Amino acid sequence: MTADRNLRRSPLHGVRDRLATLSGAITVAEVPFLAQINLRITRRSEPRPGGSTSDGDVDVLWLGPDEFLVVGPPGSEQRLISAYSGPEASVVDVSAQRTALDLDGPGVRELLAFGCSIDLHPRVFAVGDCAQTVLAHTPVVLQRRMSGFRVLVRSSFAAHLAAWILDASPDLTAGH
Amino acid sequence: MTQPYRLERGGLVDRDTPLSFRFDGREYQGFRGDTLASALLANGVLRVADSLRLGRPRGVFSAGIEEPNAIVQIEEPFPEPMLTATTVELYGGLVARSLRGHGRLAGDPDPARYDSTHAHCDVLVIGAGPAGLAAAATAASSGARVILLDDQPRPGGSLLGTGEHLDWVDTVAAELAAAPETRVLTRTTAFGYYDDNHVIAVQRRTGHLGALAPAHLSREGVWRIRARQVVLATGAHERSLAFADNDRPGVMLAGAARTYVNRYGVLPGRRAVVLTTNDSAYAAARDLAAAGVEIATIADLRPGVQNGEALPGWAVARVHGEERVSAVTLRSPDGAGREVDADLLLVSGGWNPVGALYSQAGGRLAYDPELGAFRPDGGCRQNLFVAGAAGGSYHLGVCLAEGAAMGGRAADAAGFTARGIVLPEAADPAGTPPAAVWTLPGGDPAVQFADLQRDVTVADLARATGTGMRSVEHVKRYTTAGTAHDQGRTGGTLTSGVVAELLGVEVGALGTTTFRPPYAPVSFAALAGRDRGMLFDPVRVTALHGRHESHGALFENVGQWKRPWYYPRDGEDMAGAVLRECRAAREGVAMMDASTLGKIDVQGPDAGDFLDRLYTNMISTLKPGAIRYGVMCRPDGMVFDDGTVIRLTDERFLVTTTTGNAAAVLDWMEEWLQTEWPELRVRCTSVTEHWATVALVGPRSRDVLAAVAPGLDVSRAGFGFMTWRDTEVAGLSARVCRISFSGELAYEINVSWWDALTLWEALLAAGAAHGITPYGTETMHVLRAEKGYPIIGQDTDGTVTPHDLGLGWAVSKKKADFIGKRSFTRTDTARPDRKQLVGLLPDDGGLLPEGAHLVTAAPQRVLGHVTSSYRSAALGRTFALALLRGGRDLIGQTVWATLDDGLVPVTVTGSVLYDPEGTRRDG
Repeated sequence: MTADRNLRRSPLHGVRDRLATLSGAITVAEVPFLAQINLRITRRSEPRPGGSTSDGDVDVLWLGPDEFLVVGPPGSEQRLISAYSGPEASVVDVSAQRTALDLDGPGVRELLAFGCSIDLHPRVFAVGDCAQTVLAHTPVVLQRRMSGFRVLVRSSFAAHLAAWILDASPDLTAGH
Repeated sequence: MTQPYRLERGGLVDRDTPLSFRFDGREYQGFRGDTLASALLANGVLRVADSLRLGRPRGVFSAGIEEPNAIVQIEEPFPEPMLTATTVELYGGLVARSLRGHGRLAGDPDPARYDSTHAHCDVLVIGAGPAGLAAAATAASSGARVILLDDQPRPGGSLLGTGEHLDWVDTVAAELAAAPETRVLTRTTAFGYYDDNHVIAVQRRTGHLGALAPAHLSREGVWRIRARQVVLATGAHERSLAFADNDRPGVMLAGAARTYVNRYGVLPGRRAVVLTTNDSAYAAARDLAAAGVEIATIADLRPGVQNGEALPGWAVARVHGEERVSAVTLRSPDGAGREVDADLLLVSGGWNPVGALYSQAGGRLAYDPELGAFRPDGGCRQNLFVAGAAGGSYHLGVCLAEGAAMGGRAADAAGFTARGIVLPEAADPAGTPPAAVWTLPGGDPAVQFADLQRDVTVADLARATGTGMRSVEHVKRYTTAGTAHDQGRTGGTLTSGVVAELLGVEVGALGTTTFRPPYAPVSFAALAGRDRGMLFDPVRVTALHGRHESHGALFENVGQWKRPWYYPRDGEDMAGAVLRECRAAREGVAMMDASTLGKIDVQGPDAGDFLDRLYTNMISTLKPGAIRYGVMCRPDGMVFDDGTVIRLTDERFLVTTTTGNAAAVLDWMEEWLQTEWPELRVRCTSVTEHWATVALVGPRSRDVLAAVAPGLDVSRAGFGFMTWRDTEVAGLSARVCRISFSGELAYEINVSWWDALTLWEALLAAGAAHGITPYGTETMHVLRAEKGYPIIGQDTDGTVTPHDLGLGWAVSKKKADFIGKRSFTRTDTARPDRKQLVGLLPDDGGLLPEGAHLVTAAPQRVLGHVTSSYRSAALGRTFALALLRGGRDLIGQTVWATLDDGLVPVTVTGSVLYDPEGTRRDG
């Protein structure tokens, strides 16, 4: 029996269209099916605490003193696992554990400030910076990118977060 | 429509925008820029409300947030109780009425939107009066991130009331508005000052627009501000004096009257007597006189004051008129009386620095005898500066200079260098020091009011001190002085002063009562913000949630998760649906979404050793490819969690936890690794939502699995109980575990979260011929209870050992140590009469309520309680699980369940009621 591949679903499959209606002050798009590897290893100096590095199509996010999240394009799980496996390294495929939301637009910081208590001003949270924090009562990994922010949210919380974004956005998109 | 007390010109109101409103059933007109209070005064309406306790007529007393008297109920556009007319901005269509005491909440949900946001800055300036504006402008000149907030619709503070330097105010406000890193929040009241300069404020965004407020904008928003440095420029409030009938409509704070004239172009009366302890009332008198109010006389309580306008040392002896002041009797220092006709009595008993936020921030307020008031006196644990009247500086030039200096220092402390700003010239004439006066002699103490809003009089305070009270905190609670929603802004220091007089002590030795948040009333709607309804708490769903909905599932909350509870078919009730689902699992094949189980990847050379220490049973002897059930205890030996452990490789395990404990177990593991056993080379990673899990259960489950996993040897010998295989299921990479939480032949199939729907649909299709039936948590509970499998948290409560649950076999006797082991040597954990998990069969076939107590017949002695109770399709009857004292020794005996209408006999059985031999497990 072969699987019907059309039934592969990202966590925000069902709200994709509604998120796409946001435009102007806020744009939101799910980046589905990214490969994600949780890397636990000591004595790794890059990226620095609270930061991330980008190398080609792979981002490495600092999550803790010995914990990193490696994010690559869809389908790159095995490549990433091979690249980061080694003695004293714990490498776990967590690709489906979280989905990614890319948020952009002139109102994006204001939107995030509605539900996130950390300071996201570029003087404090610069491009490449990342944090494990809480957004809309939901644990997330937040990464400042060249354009906008990436939110990595646990799959089970993704629909709640999307609903929260849709609820919070009218105030911004109406040009307040 | 005429406004008889409105000046022809002047003030900051917009005379081109007249607004109609109703108060106590009558139609009035005011202007944009009015408050409800100023608009009422413009229409000659001075009496606004009757007092709470005594029902005495009361009028507008102040011009701001300190108002104790003018309490109103807003009726339209949306009911809101207990607002002060002096802070309600006028809008067209406003309908309000006077209020004595409590108002009424709306019967309907508030249609307005409320929200909250977080903000961060280098310098937060609270108050946009002269000091605050100078501070904010100076700080902003440094490039620091600045937030300036103020409770008025426009910056200016006291200058709005005096009418001075408004050009400078406009210039600075425009510069601040244009500064890229500066945010000016008007109509915003800081009401809470918490540690680490965390200041909470509420912004009133659209309420002043009335029915014209755009629905998509929040009506109010709460700001949670984290500031590196704070400048408090909260100004000062004028206070009253205790004299007989000092509460009559027409008795008004002198500064407030000045504000009504200058800011609103409104005359609060026609002929005024002024009573003062300080110089500020003279400026008020001059402005009122210039606007056309006849100043009959000024009684200055300072005997030595040299001022041609004033009667030095004179006091007010009586106030005439009940509904409104009609005359005032003055008394000279040598006792001579003089009655003066007047409709207004302007009072200035001195000025109190607004120290509430300073006090909340941990600062000390001390009495300054020269000032005649309490003011900030250090001891503050926060990064905080005080500027202007908030610190007791009342001269404009000093306030401006202090504001600029503190703004610069705050910026400097935040790591920026201010450039400095241009301040307006302000001449500060030398004056006469104020006198601290509290109670005026003569008159009836029962009508000398200290706290107007609570109707607390000098007589009440004397009664309190007469009972022996010596602390203002005790007096406050005995008399309720200072506890109304004005929080004693005009009456608090006066209360302290009167109490000090009564006790014959210095007011400074007495101190003030404690200030706590909120500084000003905040609506619950604003505090709730968007955290209501479905956004109150995150709802977690599995990858199959939408599919469950289309199956018609009803859902059960398990922690934050929504789990399918049962899947009723047309016309089916819960009992019917669950019996059908149970029968399918026991007789055919059924499937359940088990994705919510916690899953943790544990790896490293010491992983086996680590799990041996966490679980009560031996894990390290498990072979790769095999699965073991395990129990975790707390150090007290009580069960904490249970689940399965899969050995993936020599150094890698996957453990499952209960749904509700997934995060707690991961935290538990990290806590032990980080604090107790850092030498262990082990890493733990949550993979709960990486995997979706479907349980396939029932005698026909092997057939269904074989159909979707053609490459898998599903035979009894080829795929044994408590083993796992990585294989392809429905074309997907899958891990299949042969475990059972029902006693039936069963599998748990794990695929990527993304592929859950593919798996689900494939199983539905492959099982259709066998009548495959989705089932929910209720059926899961029944199936496991029939087998006596406990659910941690339902059948346990933190006082239950593995032995109590009949899981003694899962407690290793060989291991040197594990968490909880030592507790099992305590005599208490070995008592034979501990509560033990048993089964119950109600003799009458009824369904016992979970939680029902179980007792002996007579005398009634409590034995325990029902933990789980169901109807069983397999048993053809109801049954229950219970924790029962010495329960295993009571098997076969009758105990009694306590129900609302009496006792019901139940027979105690072993906890395994179905297939105790375990014959069904292998199909």
